[in-house]
Amino acid sequence: MTTPKNMTMRDAFIGKLCERMATDDKIFFLAADLGAPALDRIRSEFPDRFINVGIAEQNLINVSAGLALEGFAVYTYAIAPFITMRAYEQVRVNLAVSSQIRPVNVTMLGLGGGVSYQVSGPTHHCLEDLAIMRLLPNMSVYCPADWVTAEALVDHTRAAIGPKYIRFDGKALPSLYANSESVDLQKGFTSLAAGTDICLVSTGFMTHRALNAARERKDVAVIDLFSLKPCDEVALAETLAPYRHVITMEEAFINNGGLDSLLTKVVREHELPCSQHPIGFNDKYVFELGSRDQLHAINDMDEPAVIRLIDKLRKG
Amino acid sequence: MTQDQLSAKARWVWSETLRMHRLAPETRVASSLSCVEIFTALYYGGLLEHKGEDPRWEGRDRLIVSKGHGSISLFPILADRGYFDKSELEKVCQAGSFLGGIPDTIIPGYETINGSLGHGIGVACGMAIGLKLKSSSNHIFVVAGDGEFCEGSMWEGVMFAAHHRLDNLTVIIDNNKLCMLDRCEKIMTVEPFERRFEAFGWQAERVDGHDMSLLHQALTQLKGRGRTGRPSVLIADTVKGNGVPELEQDSLCHIRTLTHAEIDRATGGDK
Repeated sequence: MTTPKNMTMRDAFIGKLCERMATDDKIFFLAADLGAPALDRIRSEFPDRFINVGIAEQNLINVSAGLALEGFAVYTYAIAPFITMRAYEQVRVNLAVSSQIRPVNVTMLGLGGGVSYQVSGPTHHCLEDLAIMRLLPNMSVYCPADWVTAEALVDHTRAAIGPKYIRFDGKALPSLYANSESVDLQKGFTSLAAGTDICLVSTGFMTHRALNAARERKDVAVIDLFSLKPCDEVALAETLAPYRHVITMEEAFINNGGLDSLLTKVVREHELPCSQHPIGFNDKYVFELGSRDQLHAINDMDEPAVIRLIDKLRKG
Repeated sequence: MTQDQLSAKARWVWSETLRMHRLAPETRVASSLSCVEIFTALYYGGLLEHKGEDPRWEGRDRLIVSKGHGSISLFPILADRGYFDKSELEKVCQAGSFLGGIPDTIIPGYETINGSLGHGIGVACGMAIGLKLKSSSNHIFVVAGDGEFCEGSMWEGVMFAAHHRLDNLTVIIDNNKLCMLDRCEKIMTVEPFERRFEAFGWQAERVDGHDMSLLHQALTQLKGRGRTGRPSVLIADTVKGNGVPELEQDSLCHIRTLTHAEIDRATGGDK
């Protein structure tokens, strides 16, 4: 087996999108003064379908909504906390509400999910996005763990009419999937490791930690859940049925509407006989400086913390 | 239509607006009365290309009512122009009707979700770019409130439109000078609009928003400028609650509900 290739999600996604723009003249790309190497190609090859709106996320969303109402498939790109929270009401009114009546094909690309901008402090950390975007009716929410999943979302988001949000990690990460075809976007999750009693259900960057932790202990299952909305909840419940304990892992605030809330709903509605254990950031912003590993360690989110929890659950 | 016919039509719209307020007291009547002539000029003065029987006709000019909740005066116009049956006007704000107190896209003829202020210009910018890319010669009008310019997102759109030379866009400011709690000038200075818009690179004109002849003339001129590379704004000076003394004299008229007696007194001999 070859070593998995490291690549950023945004480069994989925008590279593929650039290819698609060559044959699909309905695709439009809007950025709020945020660049990427692959974006330079879009800017030079399709200057009439690329706009940098400047540092103006509210207008980014409003302009994208107008273009979408004129039949364009619009991709909007900005730093994750700003595209989701600075422009939340624009997203709510002109994407989520509007799309219930008229077709609005806008895909929001948020760069730097979680604490991937680790030393930039609370303004650049993005720990609320998964919960607040899930909250909006008609909105789809994706949190890929690798660039292969991100790339697979290009054709999916072009074809699926409606507003969507994709959280991109800020760092280059190794691939977890062999190719786009192995990413089941209809189901929304993939079983990456089989287990007996404990299942780690993780999203985004945390899936890498989950796999690392599962390698350290026998028979720990891992599910990479990359589509927080929609998600095939029946299939997820069936997959989770054999496990006594479910540990959710997200680089987000926990107990407030993110991945753990999705799992709580599935467990409740399907009466699954498992206990739930959320791993993520507690109800505090992160001012500490340090590497991502250090920030995770402080918050009991690194591999040793996951392994401690696994051991504790098995001791009963 | 002749100017006299346009004026008569405006009077009918004004009267119908009050009649609907009588049916549905929760509607914002004062801010709906200041823009009666603006809507009348657009829909009856040959300014807005549209087909009532085909609201999403590709060849239409687009109208975004950014001050959406102050636009129940558009309901009788849309019914009269064939967007929906006139009998619907009798059901305003009733269960099962699509004519709510704050109009949305469920009403044939409305392009966007309304009720939250500050969105119209930005969305119009996206439409304007889209129309240009489609080589469409259609025009986009936005009707905005003056108080709405307290919202920063309006100015993001104003800046964008000028930078991208969106000369297929005209914003009409229903400059009725009142917010909800007081006169705009006491709350937040939004004037002088001309100098502010011109500084951003727009062409700005001002007109008496209740003088049908001047209003129609100004809008015709702004729409017909051709490709100047500049978006345009028409500041239409209006009166909130126009024609109803109880509203005109009340700085809190935005949330004022008229009694039946007040409505009857105002409409007098109108039918």
